[in-house]
Formats: sequence, C-alpha cells, structure tokens
Amino acid sequence: MADLPLPVADADSAPFWDACDRGELIVQWCGRCERHQFYPRSHCHRCHGDGLEWRSVEPAGTVHACTVVHRAPTVAFRERVPYVIALVDLDAGVRMMMNVVRCEPEGVSIGMRVRVVFEERLVDGERRRIPQAAPHSG
Amino acid sequence: MTAHACLTGVHTTRVGELPGSTALGLHAEAARGAVADAGLSLADVDGLLCAYSLAQPHPMLASAFSEYMGLAPRFSSVVQAGGASAAIMIVQAAALVETGVCRHVLVVTGDNRVSGMSRDRAVAALAEFGHPQYERPYGIAIYAAYALVASRYLREYGATLEHLAAIAVTQRAHAARHPDAHRREPLTLEAVMASRVISTPLRLFDCCLVSDGGAAVVVSDAHAAADLPKPRVALLGSGQGHTHEHIVAAPSLTDFGCRTAAAEAFGRAGLGPADVDVAEIYDSFTITLLIELESMGFFEKGEAGPAVAAGALALDGRLPCNTHGGLLSFGHSGAAGGMFHAVEAVRQLRGEAGDRQVPGAAVGFVHGDGGILSAHCSLVLGRH
Repeated sequence: MADLPLPVADADSAPFWDACDRGELIVQWCGRCERHQFYPRSHCHRCHGDGLEWRSVEPAGTVHACTVVHRAPTVAFRERVPYVIALVDLDAGVRMMMNVVRCEPEGVSIGMRVRVVFEERLVDGERRRIPQAAPHSG
Repeated sequence: MTAHACLTGVHTTRVGELPGSTALGLHAEAARGAVADAGLSLADVDGLLCAYSLAQPHPMLASAFSEYMGLAPRFSSVVQAGGASAAIMIVQAAALVETGVCRHVLVVTGDNRVSGMSRDRAVAALAEFGHPQYERPYGIAIYAAYALVASRYLREYGATLEHLAAIAVTQRAHAARHPDAHRREPLTLEAVMASRVISTPLRLFDCCLVSDGGAAVVVSDAHAAADLPKPRVALLGSGQGHTHEHIVAAPSLTDFGCRTAAAEAFGRAGLGPADVDVAEIYDSFTITLLIELESMGFFEKGEAGPAVAAGALALDGRLPCNTHGGLLSFGHSGAAGGMFHAVEAVRQLRGEAGDRQVPGAAVGFVHGDGGILSAHCSLVLGRH
C-alpha cells in the first residue's frame, strides 16, 4: 500500500505545521493590512511588507466549493475514493484546501459549516498532523 | 506604426496514440512541416521558442531541440505557462520580429504522453501541479481543481450538466470533420451524461484527452511575410491575465484572468467579440470553455450554457468554436494542445479548413489557459 503524501515543511511554513502537530491552527497576520494570510510566505502578498506575526485562529469555516473525487490521482489515494476536496473559507478570512471527513461524501455541499480536525499521517517513521474539515455540528 | 507580425507557417502532426513517437521527434516533424508550409527552409529560421515535455522532460528544451534538429538560432528560449504556453510563445515571437531581433521565429511544441508514459503516470504527473504542502496532501488533481471551480460556477450562474455535455458533443462533431483528430467517432449527449464521474460535477467526457502529438507555427516579420506564398494572417492584438497558480490561492472561483486578457487583446486590435468569425479557445474541460466564453464577452454570464445547447458553437452557429475539436476531441499533447488551437485559427483564416471551413472567416480569436485558469493569453488574428 502506497503512503498518502505528507507535507514537507520549509522555512516559511514550519511554524504552521509545527502548530498543526500540537493540534493548533495558526496563520500569519499582517498588521499593516490588518488581515490574515494563507498560505505562509516570507512577506505579506498584499502590501509586500515583512511585518508578519503568527496568530491562533478559530478552527471553523464554511465550504466555498467542493467536489467528490472518484478518480484517484495516485495509487496512494485509490483506497480513499470517493473522497471530498473542499475549499474552506475560515471565519478568520483565509481559504484553505481540506478533505471533508467524518461524513458521507454526497452530503457535503457549498455553504456547509465545518470545523477543523487534525488527521495524523505516519510515513517512514515521520509523523505529521494535517488540518481536515468535519461537519460542524458532529 | 510597426507592421503586425504574421503567422506564416503552421503544422500539426498526427494526434492520438503514436507508438514509437518521441517528444523531440514530434517537435522535429512539426517544425519541418511548419517551415515547409511557410515556403521557407530551416536555414531561414533565426529564432526558436520551445515549451516543455512531461514524458521526456529536459531543463533546457530549446537547446536540446536545436541540437537534435541541427539548428543554431540567433535567439533561443523556453516558455512554460501550461496551456497558455503556445499563445504566449506566439506573442513573444511577434515581439522578436516586430523589434527586428529576428525575421522568422519557429515556435514548436510536442509531447508523447500516451506512448511515452503510462496513463497512471500521466495522471500522477498532472497531480504534481498541485501545491506540495497545501494541496497535494488532500489528493488534488487538475480535474479535481477544475471540478472545484465548476461546483462554484454552476451554483452561481445556473449552467447545467447538460450544457457542459453539449460542449463535448459539439466539439466531437467538429473533430469528425478533421482527418487527424484523435477521437472522431460520434458522441451523443446521452453518452456524455452516462459516462463515469471523474470528480463531481465533471464526467469522463467533460475532460480533455491525453494524446501524442506535435504542432508548430512560424512567426515572421511582416515584410518578410509579404514574399511568402500563403495568405497572410497577422497578429492584430494580444493580452494576458495572471491571478494565481494554485486554486487554493485563486482570488475568485468565478472571475479569472481571461477577462483582462481578452479585453486587452481586443483593445489592441480595435475589435470586439462580435467581430470574431471563428474562435479557438482552450477547453481542457467543458467548464473551462463555458467560463471563458462568458468571461471574455462572447456571452453574458449564465447565457453560454443555453446558447451552446442551442447550437451557438457549431460551424454554422453564432460563434463557430474549436472547429478542429479542441482538447476534448482533437487531442491534447501538453503545450502542443494550445498550439493546435492557434494552428486551426490560421487554417480557418486562410480558407484551408476543408470540411470544417467557416465560410469567409476573416477574424480569428485564440485563447490559452495554463494551470487552473491561472495564466491566460488571448490572440486576435486577422486575414490580410
């Protein structure tokens, strides 16, 4: 069985993934724009300033778009089909891609409220937790 | 005022499953064909632009191709912008001849994605376009990213699955009239609707083909073009639009860079969507074409679907579109996929399109889309 892919953290993203491993969702905040940004970068992609700080955000959001994938892109995902990929708009004002888990794929729809849960993946002795979405009321 | 650069030579190889083909061999066949079509020899070519190959990747493809072909161009470069590569290369080539750097620029593409790599490897390679940290862990694929766009677009603007299917059916009918198309057998609306779901709401026939094939265009200085035998086709205007690369970072799922690309191209040409006689527009998925048609001003938002279902894109319709069959039925060979659109536009404007000729076509529109509606380039072409 092929392993599901793990994100490989880099200098921009290490604080984000380390927080995920602790079960915490943090994103960058630009004080000049007064906005959060995702994904993590060395600078703010709006004002191009580098005065970013990390802030913990409420792990809740709304499904902006979703699809049920039936054709696995790689061998590793064959055991997962059908699975849901969603673009989730967090209440903090950033958009993230996640699978919507812990529910029937056909039950996921645009506008659905979700909360962030963390899925543990273990590959070659390396353990990481990645953010996923689950129905909010569940 | 600078005279417009001209597209003087075009060629497409056979497209489909071509056992024994190689990426560079397809480049060479396309290059020889386009140069001969222009009435030139390879010795006349002083500029070269290449894109990329997934099956046989090379970090310096233009240099590798020059070596393989036996060329020593004065200018050589690579453009990598996915499905927008072909159109952007033509714009780059036009700039080279309009500024006097080159007289004849060979723009050449090709890939052997069927015979050179397994279907699973081809699909997996396309998954690698996803962001390695924020998309690939979730099982993203290009079709899934377009499906996300489709889910949002259909909800906001009310197009139906039957509207998308009508695009696939129309283009298959066009491909049936092209002797070199990958898929020419008839396709019905019922067959599209009954095809297996790839990623909701997209079904198998909403998705483009994977093909071996190559295509090339020669872009020439206007004065040099005047001495050549074929009817002249000029690049009257071009424009680009770039908003993101990964769908997770797209500023909108319903408004993309194609809007600004087309507006700029039409503005430079002094023309508008209503002036277009034939349109060859990137159609990696049925939803791609639907969104582009509405974003670029050919139809109002929400109107393209019903119009397509009523025959608007047919050869005798209001906007004959993807007259060769597009990526959905003519074929898709990486960067060559976008070049097929440009070649078809030139053939239509020359009156060389045979059974699929749009009578009297004088203004053509070509559009390429790279990534997930990320990089856009529009061309307005005119018969001189």
